[in-house]
Amino acid sequence: MIETKGLRKSYPSGKHGRTVVDAVRGIDLHVRAGEIFGFLGPNGAGKTTTLRMLATLIRPDGGEALIAGADLLADPAGVRRRIGYVAQGGGTADAVTGREELVMQARMYGSRKADAQRQAEDALKAFDLTEFADRHCSTYSGGQRRRVDIALGVIHSPKVLFLDEPTVGLDPASRGQVWAEIKRLRAEGMTVVVTTHYLDEADALCDRVAIVDHGQVVVEGTPEALKREISGDVVLLGLAAGEAQPAADALRGQPCLHRLEPGEDGLRLYLDDGAAAIPLLLSVLNGAGIVPGTVQLQRPSLDDVFLARTGRSIEQS
Amino acid sequence: MKLARDTWLVFQRQVLLMWRTPIWIVIGITQPVFYLLLFAPLLKKVLAPMGATSYAEAYQIYVPGLLAVLCIFGGLYTGFSLLGELKAGIIERSRVTPVSRLALLLGRALRETVGLLVQAVIITLVALPFGLRVDPGSLLLAYLLLALLALMTSAISYGIALALPNDAAMAPVVNTIAQPIGLLSGVLLPLALAPMWLQRVAEWNPFYWAVEGMRALFSGHPGDSVVWQGLLIVTVLTVAAVFYSARLFSARIR
Ligand SMILES: Nc1ncnc2c1ncn2[C@@H]1O[C@H](COP(=O)(O)OP(=O)(O)OP(=O)(O)O)[C@@H](O)[C@H]1O
Ligand SMILES: [Mg+2]
Repeated sequence: MIETKGLRKSYPSGKHGRTVVDAVRGIDLHVRAGEIFGFLGPNGAGKTTTLRMLATLIRPDGGEALIAGADLLADPAGVRRRIGYVAQGGGTADAVTGREELVMQARMYGSRKADAQRQAEDALKAFDLTEFADRHCSTYSGGQRRRVDIALGVIHSPKVLFLDEPTVGLDPASRGQVWAEIKRLRAEGMTVVVTTHYLDEADALCDRVAIVDHGQVVVEGTPEALKREISGDVVLLGLAAGEAQPAADALRGQPCLHRLEPGEDGLRLYLDDGAAAIPLLLSVLNGAGIVPGTVQLQRPSLDDVFLARTGRSIEQS
Repeated sequence: MKLARDTWLVFQRQVLLMWRTPIWIVIGITQPVFYLLLFAPLLKKVLAPMGATSYAEAYQIYVPGLLAVLCIFGGLYTGFSLLGELKAGIIERSRVTPVSRLALLLGRALRETVGLLVQAVIITLVALPFGLRVDPGSLLLAYLLLALLALMTSAISYGIALALPNDAAMAPVVNTIAQPIGLLSGVLLPLALAPMWLQRVAEWNPFYWAVEGMRALFSGHPGDSVVWQGLLIVTVLTVAAVFYSARLFSARIR
């Protein structure tokens, strides 16, 4: 549904615009029809820039992309008809109602007035917005506003929907509602590309994900396959400040350890069978005079995938 | 066709937004009327050297300048409202749709133009009891000139809002542009009162021609060459400004 090759974008930066930031440095993506595709990465990785290029808002400096059969560079108007895009910050005016915004949006996509009103009514019902549809957008809660934003993005039934951080800043209940809408859209046959910082959400809800860092795709695949590459378990040792380094020194060289990563408040250990290794690890640490405050056993997460590839964590950045 | 339809769509939305913030309507009406009423006592004396011997004659000189300054400055400052729309993501949302980019500009600029023309009509009406006399044909031409001025300066202002790298730069840039334009076009007082060198400089200011054209129309000389010269200069600049800003609406990367 979406194929990109070598998409690039740099911005002038610095005081006088003489240096450049390479926001996106060659992104290759393969998004399949009808899937929820997660686009993950730390702050400044280039997620928004990539989405804005695919939504025809900014012109790529290089590379190519085919979206639902339309060529991004040769036929941006065709791309626009096939896609919906919901920006990181939404895009509703304060002094108009949700219904008015939906009608306006449908009319910007070319519908006649009567059709636009019917489309708006349908969207209000589908997204369960009727209750506050005739209040000004300025009075909406964060979750309500977000759902209106998404309804605006799909008013013209696009083939592909781009959602930039749809759940950021929402409480867990509203996040759940937003994800329920996204899954409903997939059930209706839409392809959804969504960026998020919440890796556990992406893990649970995306069919496939791409993780980007510094403007490049680090890895792409199903969450299961990516985590499977990080074989085994993760053991999390909670340590007092200053103990992480001596603990790492003491444990390094243990045959059961694949890798170890010092974190904010302890150590992350990657190994095959965490449960069996914990007693041994603790005795080694005791030998070095270190007693961890807590010990946790975890399955690897998408953050561990990122950590394994880049040595940094998304969630702690 | 699509352009006209889309422009009308954007225009209607902008009108709706204006009605929803009535404070702007109140300010828009009271401000020019105050200008007219508070300056009235000063006018006769100040304009006496120009040959104004009565209030009526003073208004003949002052009102066209006031109308021009209203449209020039009103237009130049309208870009500030676009900053809010940019920040709220409304422009970006529109740009993802197939809506005409020229319409995104024109719908907004025309809303501003209509608002300024309504103010101009109010000022004209208020000035009538003070003895302002102008024949209807000349008045219509004058309103045409004003509409072009408002459209041009609005387009320039939106262009500035789109082209500047950050919002904080908007106020100094607009002020820096507006002040010399205002002073050198002789909007509030005619440049005939100014020293020769200043008049020479002013002749390079397109708004000077517009204001001179306005004055000719209000003093009952629609046939003066300065009228068609003013109209021509303003028309050319309006077309250029509209196309320049419309390009920014479609290519803007900020
Ligand atoms: N208009 C711009 N001008 C200059 N630099 C920009 C511009 N937009 C983005 N950048 C830079 O490009 C890089 C990528 O930004 P982008 O917004 O795509 O990141 P992101 O992955 O969406 O981050 P976040 O998770 O914080 O939203 C950043 O370094 C950012 O500072
Ligand atoms: Mg972003």
